[in-house]
Amino acid sequence: MSSVFGVDITSEDILENLSFFDSWEERYKYIIDLGKELPAIDESLKVDANIVRGCQSQVWLVPTVEGDQYFFQVDSDAHIVRGLLAIILSAFNGKTAKAILDFDVDAYFESIDLIRHLSPTRGNGLRAMVSRIKDAAQA
Amino acid sequence: MSFDVNIIRQDFPILAQTINDKPLIYLDNGATTQKPNAVIDAICHYYRHDNSNVHRGAHTLSDRATGYFEQARQTVKAFINAASTDEIIWTKGTTEGVNLVAFSWGLENLKAGDRVLVSQMEHHANIVPWQMVCQRTGAELVPIPVTEDGELDMDAFKALLDSRVKFVSMVQVSNALGTVNPVKEVIELAHQVGAKVLIDGAQAVAHWPIDVAELDCDFYAFSGHKLYGPTGIGVLYGKQALLDEMTPFMGGGEMIETVTFAKTTYNKLPYKFEPGTPNIAGAIGLGAAIDYVTALDRKAVAAHEHDVLQYALERAAGYEGFRLIGNAKNRAGVMSFVLDGAHPQDVGTLLDQQGVAVRTGNHCAMPIMDHFNVTGTVRASFALYNSREDVDGLFNALDKVKYFLF
Repeated sequence: MSSVFGVDITSEDILENLSFFDSWEERYKYIIDLGKELPAIDESLKVDANIVRGCQSQVWLVPTVEGDQYFFQVDSDAHIVRGLLAIILSAFNGKTAKAILDFDVDAYFESIDLIRHLSPTRGNGLRAMVSRIKDAAQA
Repeated sequence: MSFDVNIIRQDFPILAQTINDKPLIYLDNGATTQKPNAVIDAICHYYRHDNSNVHRGAHTLSDRATGYFEQARQTVKAFINAASTDEIIWTKGTTEGVNLVAFSWGLENLKAGDRVLVSQMEHHANIVPWQMVCQRTGAELVPIPVTEDGELDMDAFKALLDSRVKFVSMVQVSNALGTVNPVKEVIELAHQVGAKVLIDGAQAVAHWPIDVAELDCDFYAFSGHKLYGPTGIGVLYGKQALLDEMTPFMGGGEMIETVTFAKTTYNKLPYKFEPGTPNIAGAIGLGAAIDYVTALDRKAVAAHEHDVLQYALERAAGYEGFRLIGNAKNRAGVMSFVLDGAHPQDVGTLLDQQGVAVRTGNHCAMPIMDHFNVTGTVRASFALYNSREDVDGLFNALDKVKYFLF
């Protein structure tokens, strides 16, 4: 629950940090390092109901609500995906339903030039993750 | 004749490009091979000069298109040493070939109590159609086990062979492991209990000459695009006596002789299995691909491919954290592996950033992934235009992957 993403590390921070990098090596190193800071979820939560379909690697998402804030525990068996999950959480974690639904995720992905670097399969996985988060906020 | 990989590479225009500013190292040939100029030119020439529907029009272009289309069938017949062009059926690819046999032969000949054997290392394309037909007929689909090394367990296979076994459908070269199966022996043994045999040759045809007469298989299926030809065209070979008895499973134009609302009589072989307008340009392109391959010194090509694969396996043996998946003594074209502690998808992404194209995942072969207790692997698969330099490029790129992930 006490993930730094969305709280200490916001989507603005991600955008600012990524803008410093010129090479793919630096960008990927940064993304992978973000993934390493993402807390692993409890093994008991890695059940079918929490799996996000549409991802090539296994991805789990568990939403919880505290007051009007939504929190998301996420995990994956792939490092790069964990990094991408951290980037997504930076935008959504700890936010209100309205903030989650209002957030323009396409513009976010566009400005970090992310989708272009992802295969369609992985891009779809990311979109599946975002729509699960928005579904949770709509519920 | 001999073989020079640097000269061969010039025949494949796609290879001379950079990906993410790095020279392309294409090691995804198990998924599809690149096309030589001869194939690209044949397809362009067809559309520029000869395009027309086949077997139908009363005009010059249609005659010409039909001529080239049927000439390509002749080329395939000679390529696999079939007895007649009546035994060469155009399909979309290996998958359609298996489905055709499963639904056309299987639905009519299988019943409750019968068994169909497939190996544990099959591609889903050689599992699912049989599962579908077994569900409808009450027959049982039984997997032939694979050993620790990823080889067919021949003792287990022999133990499974009895009069209940009506069909054996097996891959010649595993797409996930590279294992070469002893299909000639498999066919002989299956025939001894009266079973028919289909060989999935998708991963085999590019590597050495195929002789269906010598194999004595009842059916043989392969895809054009894994043989330097275009996608969307493949071949099903079947023994004429069997094909004659079989009822088509797809109906339409071209496959009929006469149609009334009361009754339809079918066209003769091979047309009764080819409803609708076929992939004419694809067939012509595949003919050009076969001409290209057979004009090479195939012994020298095979020796070169063997050398590159052996070199890759040698480098792999001394590479820290590298776990080869499948260790068959007889193998072709494929090196499947995991890096300890790294997800195959991460490895694939980071290789791609460095211009190295591989496939990652379960390779449409989940049962064999389960057998090795992995969810997926990284697969480097080789073709005649790959070299030892490509292998070095792969391992240099893997060094960098490790730097990123560990």
